[in-house]
Amino acid sequence: MEIYDLTAHELADLLQRGEMTSEEVTGAIFQRIHDVEPDIQAYVTITEEQAYEAARQVDGERRQGKDLPYLAGVPAGLKDVLCTRGIRTTCSSRMLEHFIPPYSATVVEKLAAAGAVFTGKLNMDEFAMGSSTENSAFFPTHNPWDLSRVPGGSSGGPAAAVAAGEAPYALGTDTGGSIRQPASLCGIVGLKPTYGLVSRYGMVAFASSLDQIGPMTKDVRDCALVLNLIAGYDPLDSTSAPGAGLGAVPDYTAFLTGEIRGLRIGVPREFFGDGLDSAVAEAVKASLGKLAGLGAVVDECSFPHAEYSVPCYYLIAPAEASSNLARYDGVHYGYRAVAENGGAYDLMEMYTNTRSQGFGAEVKRRIMLGTYALSSGYYDAYYLQALKLRTLIRDDFNRLFDQFDAIVSPTSPTPPFRLGEKSDDPLSMYLSDVYTIPVNLAGIPAISIPCGYTDGLPVGLQLMGPVFSEGTLLRIAHAFEQDTPYHQDRAPLKRGHAAVSPAGREGGDSHGRL
Amino acid sequence: MAGYNDRYEVVIGLEVHVELHTRTKAFCSCPNEFGSEPNTNVCPVCMGLPGVLPVINRTVLEYALRAGLALNCEIASFSKFDRKNYYYPDLPKNYQISQYDLPLCRNGYLDVAVDGGERPGARRIGITRVHMEEDAGKLMHGEAGTDYSLVDVNRCGVPLLEIVSEPDLRTPEEARAYLEKLKAILEYIDISDCKMEEGSLRCDANISVRPVGSTVLNPKSEVKNMNSFRAVQHALAGEAERLSAILAEGGQFLLETRGWDEASGLTVQMRIKEEASDYRYFPDPDLVPLVIGPELIDRVRSELPELPAAKQQRFMANYGLPAYDAGVLTGSRALADFYEACVAAYHDQKVVSNWVMGEFLKLLKAHNLEVAASRLTPSHLVAMLKLIDQGTISGKIAKTIFEEMFLSGGRPEEIVKARGLVQISDEGELGAVVRQVLEDHPGVAEDYRNGKEKALTFLVGQVMKATRGQANPQLVNRLIKERV
Ligand SMILES: [Zn+2]
Repeated sequence: MEIYDLTAHELADLLQRGEMTSEEVTGAIFQRIHDVEPDIQAYVTITEEQAYEAARQVDGERRQGKDLPYLAGVPAGLKDVLCTRGIRTTCSSRMLEHFIPPYSATVVEKLAAAGAVFTGKLNMDEFAMGSSTENSAFFPTHNPWDLSRVPGGSSGGPAAAVAAGEAPYALGTDTGGSIRQPASLCGIVGLKPTYGLVSRYGMVAFASSLDQIGPMTKDVRDCALVLNLIAGYDPLDSTSAPGAGLGAVPDYTAFLTGEIRGLRIGVPREFFGDGLDSAVAEAVKASLGKLAGLGAVVDECSFPHAEYSVPCYYLIAPAEASSNLARYDGVHYGYRAVAENGGAYDLMEMYTNTRSQGFGAEVKRRIMLGTYALSSGYYDAYYLQALKLRTLIRDDFNRLFDQFDAIVSPTSPTPPFRLGEKSDDPLSMYLSDVYTIPVNLAGIPAISIPCGYTDGLPVGLQLMGPVFSEGTLLRIAHAFEQDTPYHQDRAPLKRGHAAVSPAGREGGDSHGRL
Repeated sequence: MAGYNDRYEVVIGLEVHVELHTRTKAFCSCPNEFGSEPNTNVCPVCMGLPGVLPVINRTVLEYALRAGLALNCEIASFSKFDRKNYYYPDLPKNYQISQYDLPLCRNGYLDVAVDGGERPGARRIGITRVHMEEDAGKLMHGEAGTDYSLVDVNRCGVPLLEIVSEPDLRTPEEARAYLEKLKAILEYIDISDCKMEEGSLRCDANISVRPVGSTVLNPKSEVKNMNSFRAVQHALAGEAERLSAILAEGGQFLLETRGWDEASGLTVQMRIKEEASDYRYFPDPDLVPLVIGPELIDRVRSELPELPAAKQQRFMANYGLPAYDAGVLTGSRALADFYEACVAAYHDQKVVSNWVMGEFLKLLKAHNLEVAASRLTPSHLVAMLKLIDQGTISGKIAKTIFEEMFLSGGRPEEIVKARGLVQISDEGELGAVVRQVLEDHPGVAEDYRNGKEKALTFLVGQVMKATRGQANPQLVNRLIKERV
């Protein structure tokens, strides 16, 4: 294995044992970035100089015998929606192409305080709106398992970077599946924490009541370690949960016992219906067998309001977005349209041209949708109805969590699709998130872990739990991971059609079926 | 003025915005200060940068509760913040954090009498709602010929209360009295500087007219740009006149916004409202709902200071003042405090009341000063009253001294000494002056001897004049009577 293939905890162990310095690890990661970035295109901004500086700082402290946080000196990537002081934060939008924040997001501060070495800012769908990273205003990112396919989105840059060895781990954000769906499509682990567990301060808002920041990692242990660093109450975020809703943030690695006997796991039949790719269904069903084999009690159940999730989400998220994105108007910062004749626009012309030129098609589509949904005369029919549906979806989950410790489903209904395949069909693109969206609407946590392959492309399994059940989800995910080899596989960076499956692991064939 | 109030009834409702004088802004920790250099009291939050989140300043909630309780409102047990969405360059987020359908306070009232005080004749004006919101910044337009404007974000995020009255006000004078009363209360509860000229108290008015006896509400004008109490009264009088003329001529009312133009004394059309603006209000997802428990309300209520009505009653009971005096003296917290500081050190409460309501208010008004800015303190007034009682100065001299204390802040004893204003009470010295006056005016002395009381006043006046007002008036009286 190459250095860039190692997990964050493996790198941390090397650093602790003095077998490598952070500067050497950082060098290996940047070498990998330089090698594969032309194919992957995961980074919007690479911060090599600052990274080496941070690495040498950690190395110096380590030499002085300072007691350092476990992940100190391990490189990490950041989705370009997280504000970084002095480093441009674009949200992959023309609107913020040259925007340099004067402050850092709370999660960035927390990782920096833990000695993280930031490699750069990762590509995404513009303002996190999309499921393929094709909505980036700059360039699309390619899936390391098959370069002709999308890495998912909106956190496609972080997912591809981690899968391709361009970052040992990354932070993504998830509003309707934007961590989990790309994690699934890129064969890595992605966790969307409970709403309020991780501070949103400094994450450029898409839909405030749905947004959460979470880890995107190569395995479950890394996921727990990163969550340890970013979880916790933040006085700068009013929606942040005091005491992380638990009294205190636990050490999430303590849940990684491998023991899941007796845990009750529900399988809602509505999540296995029309639109689900049969190979994906097969891989997921095989995983259920493994969970049962590990002693979990797996049972079918029902989620009656599942079909309303997507329409509900596409009212609430755009409504909030239409207001959150109103600030990008060319007045105070960011892109401003200028008249071609060199003269000044009047205010209305400046607003109109700035927003027409600065935003991409999908962002404009959602702003219009949201503006419409909030308009007087439509508010009751759309936004208010959506809020009611949201309550029903939450109730569905609550009922299920009376019976089950966790719910499972596929993360994405399909394996990674080809670039351009769905870009002209927003509705089919929206259905990419059909299994992940209900989780954001309910504010609960969910994790996606690799669970097999179809035609050499990764398939993800989603585990959902009640609020603040991250420990349980990590425990189940970890036990599953211990029993399967997928987390050890590395993407082949293959061009064109994928035909050969890695190590012959197709749809979980070699590991039994349900 | 035409008699619009004979045939027509004027219907006025006021929307008042007050800036709360909290130490920091409503949703960030920037200083809440007036008059700083542009764009210095700012941070990522109040500049509306990408990724920032608001956090409510608890003092804003406390101040709003104080106002709600002082204005006799019901306090919501569950309230929330909403976003009011509109585009304007002084609003960096292009939405204002405000409160829409669940305001913190509603259904309050204020008893208002046109000539001040709290007497029979006061009318109860309903207060629809009191809610919290954030202020916007200020645009500074370039000089003529330039094609740019500048934005000062300092005021962005300054906490505001919006206080909306019912359309219960019936005359411009009553609207002014309501505003004055409201300002007094806000000052009593110490939540705002209430300076209209600095914009910390702003007033918009809705006004319509209808025939007396009618209950219909005709289309209203919204009047803006009124920068003083006087302006509010005059603008509303002018607008009432204009609307009455339209009604008299059978014309059509427009739903319009008009600005008060101080120079011309007229309201000028700013825009016609074709339809209600759509602000696309929705609950702000960045702020959690406010749950207001009875403990908090009880604590804020228990910490409220004595309010004007209660203070007026107490002044009448404790100091034996007439309702009118008590009403005037409690018209502002500062004036009431001034009065009470005086009577704490001086026995005759009515005498103090006369000086405070008379000379003191007259001088404040003449010099356009607030009580707080006065150099004359209660201790000055008390010391001066004691000099009168001791016979050191006369009441007439006291007026001169009072004015000088007001202007210079000097102590009365020093002014008396420096200007030689000590009363002449020496019988010998005054006797000589009296003799001279009687000799100079034998006819008048004769009149007095024949019972003309007015003649005495004249003679006393002559003695005062000769002594430049320093003669002890009682002694002069006695001496004249003895010698005539
Ligand atoms: Zn600020």
